[in-house]
Amino acid sequence: MSFPWAQEYKPQGTVSKWVDERLPLPRLVYNAVGAGYPVPRNLNYFWNFGVLAGVALVIQIVTGIVLAMHYYASVDGAFNSVEHIMRDVNSGWFVRYAHMNGASFFFIVVYIHIFRGLFYGSYKAPREMIWLLGVTIFLLMMATAFMGYVLPWGQMSFWGAQVITGFFSAIPLVGEPLRQLLLGGFAPDQAALNRFFSLHYLLPFVIAGVIILHIWALHIPGSSNPTGVSVKSEQDTVPFHPYYTAKDGFGLGIFLIFFVAVTFFAPNMLGHPDNYIPANPLSTPAHIVPEWYFLPFYAILKAFTVDFGIPFTGIILIPAKLMGVLAMFGSILLLFFLPWLDTSPVRSGHYRPLFRKFFWYGLIPCIVILTYCGGKPPYTQWVVLSQIAAAYYFAHFLIILPIVSRIERPLPLPNSITEAVTGKPLPAAA
Amino acid sequence: MSTVKKTKSTAKKPAVKKAAVKKAAAAPVAAQVTASDNGHHGAEGSGVRRRDFIHIAAVSFAGVGAAAVAMPLVSQMSASADVLALASIEVDVAAIQPGQAIKTSWRKQPVFIRNLTPAEIEEANKVDVGSLRDPQTLADRTKPGKENWLITLGVCTHLGCVPLGAAAGEVKGEYGGYFCPCHGSHYDTAARIRKGPAPLNLAVPEFAFISDTVVKIG
Repeated sequence: MSFPWAQEYKPQGTVSKWVDERLPLPRLVYNAVGAGYPVPRNLNYFWNFGVLAGVALVIQIVTGIVLAMHYYASVDGAFNSVEHIMRDVNSGWFVRYAHMNGASFFFIVVYIHIFRGLFYGSYKAPREMIWLLGVTIFLLMMATAFMGYVLPWGQMSFWGAQVITGFFSAIPLVGEPLRQLLLGGFAPDQAALNRFFSLHYLLPFVIAGVIILHIWALHIPGSSNPTGVSVKSEQDTVPFHPYYTAKDGFGLGIFLIFFVAVTFFAPNMLGHPDNYIPANPLSTPAHIVPEWYFLPFYAILKAFTVDFGIPFTGIILIPAKLMGVLAMFGSILLLFFLPWLDTSPVRSGHYRPLFRKFFWYGLIPCIVILTYCGGKPPYTQWVVLSQIAAAYYFAHFLIILPIVSRIERPLPLPNSITEAVTGKPLPAAA
Repeated sequence: MSTVKKTKSTAKKPAVKKAAVKKAAAAPVAAQVTASDNGHHGAEGSGVRRRDFIHIAAVSFAGVGAAAVAMPLVSQMSASADVLALASIEVDVAAIQPGQAIKTSWRKQPVFIRNLTPAEIEEANKVDVGSLRDPQTLADRTKPGKENWLITLGVCTHLGCVPLGAAAGEVKGEYGGYFCPCHGSHYDTAARIRKGPAPLNLAVPEFAFISDTVVKIG
């Protein structure tokens, strides 16, 4: 693990030595996020977002444990218990708003973290496993966020649960029985609410476990960097502590300013007013949309409006409903194959002129459009726009990336990270 | 910071050593970078660096922030507004005959309301107050003119069990008041502790008669 020039942990006092010989936990921390972990010296602020995501998870777990002390998962009492938290519990409003907006900020930092990985090719060899674990964390996050959103048992909670579990009914033959199994009934009710609460409490700890694997896998090759050039010598790195603890600490301060500003001054900006209406199984809200972080995927779901079949025969191979669900899940599962779809040996988008064009003028606008359309009612113009964007999304990963990797002529890479930073070539002795 | 600059050589040595260790540890190029913006003023160096101020300021700020966040996370556990709102109850005591008692509930705790017989009042007044563990007269524990109405929490002052003696047929203990079966505390007819581990008399809540037969507790 790590580089040969990594600093070694040297326990100072007798107590530290005694502990180190019996349980080298301080040594583990030292080698993971201390001076014992050499990191490329040229990381930019995009490399802050892994730590920020970790902090966001801790915020969610701490506030979530507090909320669970006051919440009760009952169809009659859940909504009132949330209002009780907001009105009666000391500082309850603060804890709930922090948890509510904490989820959004967790997704914000994770999306930037994923963006960093996509642009700088962090998913490429030898870091594929880090990427795979990261996509796994993302899936777990989505499941956790969805189940958490159901817990207040407002209108959006209830109908969100209805719609999301409805995805499973699209599966041929076993779909409807599967949906009833997941819900424990024919519609979301007490059984569903209780199990969602149980799983919503469990999954964050599963996420924390996968994060440990994610960091473990990261420490085998070490952190990537904006040039994508591998670390060659000691000159290319600085110890994580104090250099990146300080930089991450600064980034954390900025992050918290944004987080606290929204939590205190616009706590409901990212939510839906309909969720302050108690769940009513007999009336769907006029316009039902998921939380903002699911919108691109929701747009892909809605983009499939026509059954897929053999033309002029009337034979339907895949009904539109199933297509939409498959495409939505596919858009995420696709990311698992990314390390093998992008075959270019050059990691960083900086040195890939063609890739960069498709990235900035193709993928990013496409995701922005999908997010926008996802929040719009299903009128023709939005559906058509979603269809175009969804088509591009899949084409980008499945067709464009493999072809670009083949035909592109990358820009010359610097010989080393140090050379990229200082402009001077590395001394031969190094 | 100008005083810092002039710090004398006594403090200088360990700090320089520390910086040297840091330099050796970091990558050579990085070490040059740190040396130049370390806050060292010229070649002479100094005991306290400007950067120390940044470290202390940053860590203190983070510490104060963490404490500020910890406060609501702890205070959320204390009684919430709806619990505090259940502060008072009204009880009609007209049906309680002398010698009888009822149990009711106030702030989720049992309350004993006892209509003392003249004999019980006399017995309570006979006791030498100075000899009690928690010296109080019956008059201290009741309202003037209503000395027969003894209202106490049904919570043993030892470890919180509900003493026996309120309902008909229950053991009243050696002093004819209440008896806590958990650890054997005996209370007398004025619900004062007489024997056993409990430190205090059964607590008298704040109460007032709002008519001849209705009492408001809390």
